[in-house]
Amino acid sequence: MKRSITRLLMAPSVILLLAWMIIPLSMTIYFSTIEFSSYNPDQNGFVGWLNFEFFITDPAFISAVSNTLILLLSVLIITVVLGVMLSALIDKPFFGQGMVRVLLISPFFIMPTVNALIWKNMMMNPVYGIFAWISQSLGFEPIDWLSTYPLMSIIIMVSWQWLPFAILVFVTALQSQDTEQKEAAQMDGATGWHIFRYLTIPHLARPIAVVVMIETIFLLAVFAEILVSTGGGPGYDSTNLTYLIYNQALLQFDVAAASAGGLLAVVLANIVAFFLIRAVGKNLTV
Amino acid sequence: MTLNQQRKLKTFITGLFAWTIALILFFPIFWMFITSFKTELQAISIPPSLFFEPTLDNYSEVQERSDYVHHAINSIITSFGSTILALIIAVPAAFSMAFAPGKRTKDVLLWMLSTKMLPAVGVLVPIYMICRDYGLLDSKTALVIIFTLMNLPIVVWMLFSYFKDLPKEILEAARMDGATPWDEVVKVVLPLSMGAISSTALLSIVLCWNESFWSLTLTASDAAPLTAMIASYSSPEGLFWAKLSAASTLACAPIVVFGWFCQKQLVQGLTFGAVK
Repeated sequence: MKRSITRLLMAPSVILLLAWMIIPLSMTIYFSTIEFSSYNPDQNGFVGWLNFEFFITDPAFISAVSNTLILLLSVLIITVVLGVMLSALIDKPFFGQGMVRVLLISPFFIMPTVNALIWKNMMMNPVYGIFAWISQSLGFEPIDWLSTYPLMSIIIMVSWQWLPFAILVFVTALQSQDTEQKEAAQMDGATGWHIFRYLTIPHLARPIAVVVMIETIFLLAVFAEILVSTGGGPGYDSTNLTYLIYNQALLQFDVAAASAGGLLAVVLANIVAFFLIRAVGKNLTV
Repeated sequence: MTLNQQRKLKTFITGLFAWTIALILFFPIFWMFITSFKTELQAISIPPSLFFEPTLDNYSEVQERSDYVHHAINSIITSFGSTILALIIAVPAAFSMAFAPGKRTKDVLLWMLSTKMLPAVGVLVPIYMICRDYGLLDSKTALVIIFTLMNLPIVVWMLFSYFKDLPKEILEAARMDGATPWDEVVKVVLPLSMGAISSTALLSIVLCWNESFWSLTLTASDAAPLTAMIASYSSPEGLFWAKLSAASTLACAPIVVFGWFCQKQLVQGLTFGAVK
């Protein structure tokens, strides 16, 4: 195929993505350096770093950044560790495997707003929720999850959504594992742990890298779960960067500070992505 | 115990274990489904009631209160519309990268993926203002365009990872017979990759259906898809879990059932063919 034709075929995707990236991003950069208020749009002079200063010195900023990272790392650890262990345990033929797959993947298809509402009400409600009923039956005081452990509640909701995905990816990957190698190791007297540690884990390196990458893309942008369940509170205890900026832009109409915050979110995502794309890029055959 | 018995016991334990995990993870969905057939009083009864006379009242009330059909149509239009658009744009690109890879192909692919890393919130303000200035707030057009661009990198990647596994010899043979690049795509690649294209489409539809950043920030009522309709149930107007459950079941059922039939392709697709 001629180079020119190849270019032509790729052009729409590349141009659209470039535009999608550059136009709004440069507008964000512009807004972040001016004084801007939706109430009086005529008043907009250049103010330099002031908006960034305003955003960074806001006490909410530090907690939003740390909440974002805690949320990301906790969900990654929970889903990858539990996912690897559970998938290794169920990677043998058993009764009703197809049905189990169907049940397992279901949470992945539940929309985030529904996810948050089910957990907030039917599971975690301190009076009528299932958790409250369980702890009462066991003789404990029911916990008001959303106000006592807001960030952990969000972590539980998001992990519930992504654990099934991790399990299914790992189970699929394990099915392509060399059984002869495993049997040979067993003959040589390797214990189950050794097989898991030295055969299964290395086999899963690539799927783990992929799961981490996909989840990171979505986890940095967790929004609806927070909006619907805790509203970022109490205080800023469950506010992540996405939610903080949304709050700044559409609830407080502070366009300039929100833009500055948006750029900081981009920088944070780029730092995470830099390491990730490097690690994962090696693992993807192109 | 004989070896055979031992093996049977092992299978039994594995099965028991797998079923336990699956049922625990599925429980919230099961509970939502069950609650949707209760009266509001039964829905909040402690201990939770498992046996009750099912009612369909909640479902009709959901339609009355929040016009389910209207929002469902919005969801269908935005997710199918943007999926079709994304495929039209992505198929040629993925095709050329898979069959005529250049030195920069890998860089272009990784760059595309990195645009996915750009957090949506970083461009929230400008997108919101562009939509406002062009009268696109609360419009399906805006959502379709944004969903298309949002999923374009994933769609290109997925198609690429399928296309690169197609046998190149077939294309060469076609070219020998004098096929133009257009013929190659339409008459050779497309028929061979219908499976790949449909699973890519499925994944894109699922992602659009459940998208809840842009749909919550850019729509109010006219263009609000199901995700936004459900969010309106979060306001603390008292406990009405039965209706909430009915609305949630209606919002999720289409895509969950849809997902059941193609879960294997979806997992494969979302991992860009890295896991088979």
